[in-house]
Amino acid sequence: MDDPTLTAALARDLDTGFEPLVRAHADRCYAIALRVLGDPHDAEEVAQDALVRAYRALSSYDHARIRELRLRPWLATIVVNLCRNRVTRKRTPTTPLDDAMADGREPAAPSRDGPAAVAEQNADRERLAALLGTLPERYRVPVVLRHVDDLSYAELAEVLGRPEGTLKAQVHRGLAMLRAAAVEAELEEVMA
Amino acid sequence: MTTETMQFDDEAPGALATLAATAPAGLADEVLVEVGLADRIAPLATAIGTLWVAWNGRGLASVDAFTDGPSAAVEHEARTGRRTLVADALPADLASAVSRRLAGERHVPIALDLRGRTPFEVAVWEKALEIPFGEVRPYGWIAAEIGKPKAVRAVGTALGHNPVPLVVPCHRVVRTDGFIGNYSLGGPHNKRTILAAEGVDPEALEEDARRGVRVVGSDTTKIYCWPTCRHARRVMPQHKVSFRSLREADARGYRPCNVCRPLTADWAA
Repeated sequence: MDDPTLTAALARDLDTGFEPLVRAHADRCYAIALRVLGDPHDAEEVAQDALVRAYRALSSYDHARIRELRLRPWLATIVVNLCRNRVTRKRTPTTPLDDAMADGREPAAPSRDGPAAVAEQNADRERLAALLGTLPERYRVPVVLRHVDDLSYAELAEVLGRPEGTLKAQVHRGLAMLRAAAVEAELEEVMA
Repeated sequence: MTTETMQFDDEAPGALATLAATAPAGLADEVLVEVGLADRIAPLATAIGTLWVAWNGRGLASVDAFTDGPSAAVEHEARTGRRTLVADALPADLASAVSRRLAGERHVPIALDLRGRTPFEVAVWEKALEIPFGEVRPYGWIAAEIGKPKAVRAVGTALGHNPVPLVVPCHRVVRTDGFIGNYSLGGPHNKRTILAAEGVDPEALEEDARRGVRVVGSDTTKIYCWPTCRHARRVMPQHKVSFRSLREADARGYRPCNVCRPLTADWAA
C-alpha cells in the first residue's frame, strides 16, 4: 500500500487504517533506529515507541492534516527524535573497528549464493554497520536517512530541520569518513 | 570482496542500502496491542477456577471462563472485533494489580478498556466498584445511587453485560428482595462461591431474605444499614434490630447509615 493510499485510509478511519501503516513502515522505522543506535534491543524499543506515538498523534489530527501528511519523513522524524533522546541518555554502543575487522576476512567463496557466500555477505554487512556506528551523530543520521532509508534531500531537510545544502555536505563528508575508515581497515588487514 | 563491498560514492552507495533491516517478528503486534487495536489473552487462577483475561494498552478488556486459549481468543475476537493473541500469562504488574483487587484491596488502579459501552453501563459498573469486599448491595441501590431509581431492571441487564466480572464486582450486587440472584460468569453457584471467599455467608444472607429482613439497625445508635455493611456487622446481637422495609425503620425513628446509604425507597417485595 503506498503512502497516499495509507493516509487516505487513515483519514477515513484511524483504527482500520493504522494496521496497514504499521505493516508498511515498521521495517524502515526499525532499520533507521538500528543503524543510528547500533543496538537491536534499543532499536526495537524505539521503533515500537515511535509507531505508538504516531498513532496517538494521528488521533489528535483532523482529517485534512492526516491527508496532507508525508508519512515517510514524518515517521522518520519521530524515530530520529527518539533515537536522539536515547543517545543523550546513554552512550551509543558501537562495535570497535578492530573487533569488527578482526575475523572472517577471507576472500568471498567462488559460489555466489552458497551458505558460505551468504555468511560472508552478512559479515560484510555487520562490518559496514560497525563502521557506520563510528561516525559522529551529525553525519551518521543524515547518511542513514539518505542511503539506508533512501529519503530525498528535501525529505532529509524536513526531518532534520537543516538546509539541503548543509545536509548534502554532511552526507558527503560522512561517506568520505566511511570510505577512509574502510580503507584504514583494509590496511590493518593487509598488515596483520 | 571487501574492496568491492566497502566502495561507495554519493551516487551509488549500494553497500549502505544492504543495511536496511527487517523488524523483529512481534514488533507490529506489540504496537497494535499497545494502542488498543489488538488484544492479548492469558489464563488467571481464581476462586472459581481458571479464567481468561484479555487486555491491551488501554486497559483490561474482558474476564471470562473458557476451556482453552484458542477458544478464548476466538470468542474474544468475535465479541470485540479485535485480533486476539494468546499469551502465557498476564504482564507481572497487571497480574499483581488484579490479584490484589480480587483479594479485596479497593484502591488498586486497573485501567479498563470499555470502548463501545454506553454511559449508563459504565455508570453502573463504576458504582459496583464502590461496594466493599465482603459486602453486598441490591440492584435498586445502584439504580438510586446513579440517579436512575426506576432503572432497576436496566441495572440488572448492565451488570449481566459486565465484561470484567470479579474486577468490577457485579457479584456483590444482589436481588432487591435480598436473595443472591443470578450471575453472568457461570451462574449463581459461582456467585455464592465468590461471596463465600470474601467472607459473606450466602446461607445467612438468604435466610434473612426469607425472613423478610431488608435492613438492620442498632437500638443504641438508632442507625440502620444494609445487612452486610461493616457497621451493621459490628452491632452486638442484643442490640441488633431487623426491619422489613426502610419505611418501617424510618417510622421507628432510625436514620440511614452514611456509609452504606440504604436510601432506596423502591422495594420490589
